[in-house]
Amino acid sequence: MLSAGFLCASPASAEGRVNACCEGHLSAFINLERISKSFGSFKVVDELDLEIAQGEFLSLLGPSGSGKTTILMMLAGFVEPTSGVIKLQGQRIDHLPAHRRNMGVVFQNYALFPHMTVAENVAFPLIMRGMAKAEVGERVGRAIDMVQLTPIKDRKPAQLSGGQQQRVALTRALVFEPSVVLMDEPLGALDKQLREHMQFELRELHRRLGLTIVFVTHDQGEALTMSNRIAVFNAGRIEQLASPEAIYDRPETRFVAEFIGETNMFAGKVEARDGARAKIRLDAGPMVEANLTSEFASGAVALVSVRPERVRLAETSNAANAVPVKVLDTVYQGDHLRVRLAGSGVEMVAKLERKARAWAVGAEAFATFDPEECTVIAP
Amino acid sequence: MMSSVTRARLTALGLITPLMAFLLVFFVWPLATMMMASVTDGTVRGVLPQTATVLAQWDGVSPPNAEMSAALVTDLRMPVDSLAFGDAVRRLNSELSGFRSLMSRTASAAKGATEGQALDLVAIDPRWGDAKYWLAMKRAMPLYTDRYLLAAADLERDASGDVAALDANTSANRQIMLRTFLIAASVTLLCAAIGLPYALIAAATKGWVRAILLIAVLLPLWTSLLVRTAAWFILLQNEGLINDALKTIGLISEPLPLIFNRTGVIIAMTHVLLPFMVLPIYSGLLTIPENLMPAAASLGASRLKAFRYVLLPLALPGLMSGSLLVFMVALGYYITPALVGGANDQMISSVIAFFATGTANWGMAGALGLILLVVTTVLYLVYGRLSRSPTMVAT
Amino acid sequence: MTFKRTISTIGAAGMALSLVAGAASARDLTVVSWGGNYQDAQKKIYFEPYAQKLGKPVLDESWDGGIGVIAAKVKAGEPNWDVVQVETEELELGCTDGFYEKIDWDKLGGKDKFLAAGAHDCGVGAIVWSTMLSYDGDKLKDTVPTSWADFWDTEKFPGKRGLRRGPKYSLEFALMADGVKPADVYTVLRTPEGVDRAFKKLDEIKKDVVWWEAGAQPLQLLASGEVVMTTAYNGRISGINKTEGKHFKVVWPGSIYAIDSWVVLRNSPNKDDAMNFIAFASAPENQSKLPEYIAYGLPQKEAAAAVPANLAADLPTAETNLVDAVALDGAFWVDNVEELTSRFNAWLAQ
Repeated sequence: MLSAGFLCASPASAEGRVNACCEGHLSAFINLERISKSFGSFKVVDELDLEIAQGEFLSLLGPSGSGKTTILMMLAGFVEPTSGVIKLQGQRIDHLPAHRRNMGVVFQNYALFPHMTVAENVAFPLIMRGMAKAEVGERVGRAIDMVQLTPIKDRKPAQLSGGQQQRVALTRALVFEPSVVLMDEPLGALDKQLREHMQFELRELHRRLGLTIVFVTHDQGEALTMSNRIAVFNAGRIEQLASPEAIYDRPETRFVAEFIGETNMFAGKVEARDGARAKIRLDAGPMVEANLTSEFASGAVALVSVRPERVRLAETSNAANAVPVKVLDTVYQGDHLRVRLAGSGVEMVAKLERKARAWAVGAEAFATFDPEECTVIAP
Repeated sequence: MMSSVTRARLTALGLITPLMAFLLVFFVWPLATMMMASVTDGTVRGVLPQTATVLAQWDGVSPPNAEMSAALVTDLRMPVDSLAFGDAVRRLNSELSGFRSLMSRTASAAKGATEGQALDLVAIDPRWGDAKYWLAMKRAMPLYTDRYLLAAADLERDASGDVAALDANTSANRQIMLRTFLIAASVTLLCAAIGLPYALIAAATKGWVRAILLIAVLLPLWTSLLVRTAAWFILLQNEGLINDALKTIGLISEPLPLIFNRTGVIIAMTHVLLPFMVLPIYSGLLTIPENLMPAAASLGASRLKAFRYVLLPLALPGLMSGSLLVFMVALGYYITPALVGGANDQMISSVIAFFATGTANWGMAGALGLILLVVTTVLYLVYGRLSRSPTMVAT
Repeated sequence: MTFKRTISTIGAAGMALSLVAGAASARDLTVVSWGGNYQDAQKKIYFEPYAQKLGKPVLDESWDGGIGVIAAKVKAGEPNWDVVQVETEELELGCTDGFYEKIDWDKLGGKDKFLAAGAHDCGVGAIVWSTMLSYDGDKLKDTVPTSWADFWDTEKFPGKRGLRRGPKYSLEFALMADGVKPADVYTVLRTPEGVDRAFKKLDEIKKDVVWWEAGAQPLQLLASGEVVMTTAYNGRISGINKTEGKHFKVVWPGSIYAIDSWVVLRNSPNKDDAMNFIAFASAPENQSKLPEYIAYGLPQKEAAAAVPANLAADLPTAETNLVDAVALDGAFWVDNVEELTSRFNAWLAQ
């Protein structure tokens, strides 16, 4: 639990917890066990298991309707699961009303109380907890000061900019030192520049206070930048739950590979396996080697996914993985060269270094990529 | 050369002219006319100018003299517009009953007599020997008067010209005015007590349930006032549905008096005015973002506290404007109290209507209207101050 | 440009307004009566046939009375009503106040063709109607009320009574209940003591009275049993007996009858047509059709004589019904209505 005054928690101890959380061997802080939620016959969440560690920044990422917001709402207590168990520190909380869960929630449109001033909004959770008036005043003053809202503390939400409202909503959700902070696309309404700034501030806050944050977003960039772990949602299930690096570099499913970033996909059959490696015979002919992230039988149909920036172009085929291609198009994009390639019926994209040699349209070449940097996934 | 700014201003002025004209013709002008009517009093003076001059010298106490009689006869012989004469007679009659027959008798006698012949007024009608008729005329002479305003507040000027209370047996305007405010206030409170939960439920529901709730409250607006009142009659009478139902289930043995008393008036008026309360609250509630209640819950507010500190304060502006609407509309009611009320449920509007249409005494109607307007305005200002009070959550 | 256009728009609006005003001055003859069944009947026997005869439409409107309404119409300049059916007081008041055109009695065949009260300088009698005691014959069978004294007798006839809210009628009936002879009612009422006596008598049944205001209310009150007896208008009573099969009874002795008259508003643009319409509506062959529809008496003597005997018996003008009936004294009420209404309101409020 957080100690007195969330904004005053000692950075050192917070840092410690954050580090602890990311080592991989965690004691679960929140457990979701076989959680389902149906609206009528429609299953929004389907038998889902999820563990959240204390101090971690977990992003729930997915397209709209994938169930990520429903999970957040069930955690907050606004939606009751159809079946399954939610535990906080080992205690069941799924039947606890929202106001007794002690979780801070930051809503998409901030949900500030329009009839209260900034200070009154921030004081609200403290007053609801029956805190003495003097203490409320002191805590609110300190919190508002910390986020630099003191000059506008007597304004009503309607008189604030989007960024200021965001900051008030955040302060209000943190001032009562909740066990978890749940955020539902909190940066969605901000313009790009402000959003990036707030991403930075949020990360700062997380690092400094050691907060446990569950963050719902449909913006993959946001999820990649901020999270300790990302859960990629699709149709009520978690497709993959891993660190941003793993999600990006070793997607386990076609959905994850395609949803996050850009990818090239080759169809083929598994010919041989060697531990975490497999040899795949591509339908187009060449044999490639790739990382295995899940079990595949020999002869199974599979896809090989490789990110465009991992693809190189060479005149010879002496790399481990080399696919003969023809250059279709080269586009200069400032920080890189984008080359469209066609190889035996497959179209692919390579992002090359700006300074790489220029390839003429129509030139014959080999697309090469390191076996470390491509993954076998189920079709 | 007109500068573009001037032209733009003139265009704007031109555009609001129809609105201004509308306000002037249909709002300011009638209001001003009503106010003027309640204090002006030139009709008698216009028709009887000589008499006015002579009466100005008379002390009002000594017996009527020949000079006064002569002046009156001279005036009555003058050809005058019959409308103006009618106004003057009506005015005198409302000062003192009996003037109508007195004046028409005297006028025809004066016109029938030969020129220059002195008339014995007392012989025409013995009432001319009574100083009170002359005094009434003297009082009706000044151009401006406070008699209507005084009478509207159950006051008069006594023989010595001092303001004195009218006999409680002869005038009850103050009581009726007070009763009007009481009934309007009770109806407003009841409407708020029913309308607030109703609007909350309507705003919380969706689809056909909400549609039915809204139609149920709007229906009275689409029904004629008389039909609605007749429906209440059927429900509330001694052998009506409510009393029958209560008797059947054995709650009462004698019928409850629900109609032809204050209870009936308040029930019927509350029903009729409920839409004016529900609709502003409801539309106010619809503008409240949906996630405020979950937000309050996440911040630790139980349902009750979330209602008390978030929903209620946000519904308050709607409640306030609804209350204002209901109160103002209720003040002007008189048909419903007339149909389902008892002896003591008549409201001030019916008295105003009596003077305005019943006896064409527009001075009196104007004075009562003016007093109603002033009291209402004062209440409105007080209300304005109260509704601007700070929010309830302290820092 | 915009400014100019605005000006021309305003000008156009002004022109449209004056067109409307122009249309008003060329309007058709407008007759105003009391609405309801009564006006439906009038439409059938007066308005429509007269329009046919005239070859122009006749517009009809309804009103609820009040000299203030007439005053407002007349003082506005050219009134938008021509012929109005008014009650006794409105006739008296409006005539002395100069709101009406003088009647051209030659067109109507002279004043002596009418009942005296229906032949006024400013108005021609249209109907005679009564206000009287009535009760439900199905509910009161053995002992029935026969006088105003019975109306006041709450021991003999327990239950509420219906009276029209206002001093008119209430004071007269109170005096008759107190033993004043019908013929002397207004003589007594003209003295201050008489007024005091009437209010004192009203005190006796104050707590037993349900006050009604609209003419349909007393029927409702009787039908529902809310009151044991009430004052009511005779036309309404016979109407409901006919249409709804009720057996409401009326007590003619002590009833007060009044005449409603046709008047022509001063400066009516259709003055000639208006006078001709009144003559048409007073012609015996037309007026005698009215009692078929509604039980009102006829002020035109020849018309009254032409009414079939079975219908005539229900009319206030029937010989037997006039015994001990009182004619409403319009002059008294014109003089005293304001003062007595204020006093009545104060009395109610006590």
